[in-house]
Amino acid sequence: METLFFLIISLVAIVSAILVVTLKNPINSALSLIMTFFCLATYYVMLDAPFMAAVQVMVYAGAIMVLMVFTIMLLNIRVDASKKHSHKLILGSIIGFFTFLNAFFVIYRSRAALPTGPYSGEMIKSVGHTELVGREIFTNFLLPFEVTSILLLVAIIGAVILAKKKI
Amino acid sequence: MENLNSYLIVSAILFSIGTIGVLTRKNVIVIFMCVEMMLNAVNLTFVAFSRHLGNLDGQIFVFFIMTVAAAEAAVGLALIIAFFNNKQSIDVDDVNIMKW
Repeated sequence: METLFFLIISLVAIVSAILVVTLKNPINSALSLIMTFFCLATYYVMLDAPFMAAVQVMVYAGAIMVLMVFTIMLLNIRVDASKKHSHKLILGSIIGFFTFLNAFFVIYRSRAALPTGPYSGEMIKSVGHTELVGREIFTNFLLPFEVTSILLLVAIIGAVILAKKKI
Repeated sequence: MENLNSYLIVSAILFSIGTIGVLTRKNVIVIFMCVEMMLNAVNLTFVAFSRHLGNLDGQIFVFFIMTVAAAEAAVGLALIIAFFNNKQSIDVDDVNIMKW
């Protein structure tokens, strides 16, 4: 049952990812990308990471995609069907295919043999995923968490300055 | 829970589709969306490995990648708007001011 569910979600994710690349109108691409993000959130739920799924839906499918759709509508670009793709279509497809082949070969021929940590599925279910992530982020990863705030500040200032009328 | 490899394969497929999109499309916003898709494929790999190894570090990394992606989206879209104000186009072939 779960395998069937996994296959359906995979199919939806891959088809909508292909639609992102092939559709002419950027708005349709953005909507397909939101579908892909929801499928990834489903994967996170299946991987016992519900907090990550919530963050995925809120940050990606919510904030980032709203920003992107807003920009598309703000710029109001007409769809130019005549030169949608560049002449590098075949070359790009070959490179993408070999990227996949490379990744597939690595996945097929290797196995993860790193030392395993203490967080089993039962522990995540009993304690709660959000609590475990919070405990981890505010103890072991406190410094990167603080540095992230500086990154966001820089991004705010950069976005405001770049989007001004006269640079 | 499915086994690890099926998640990694899905992630590899999404990453490859994103690569093809970045290399073949001309619309800057679509290229940008394909980059986001590649970042998401990597996130899926992180979460799958984190669950497989019973270690939460991968999910914390996903958290930071999402932050960086949000910052990137803000700055990148501001750049696109600035470029559109200058050239009235969002075609990557028109980004040639610094070309000589």
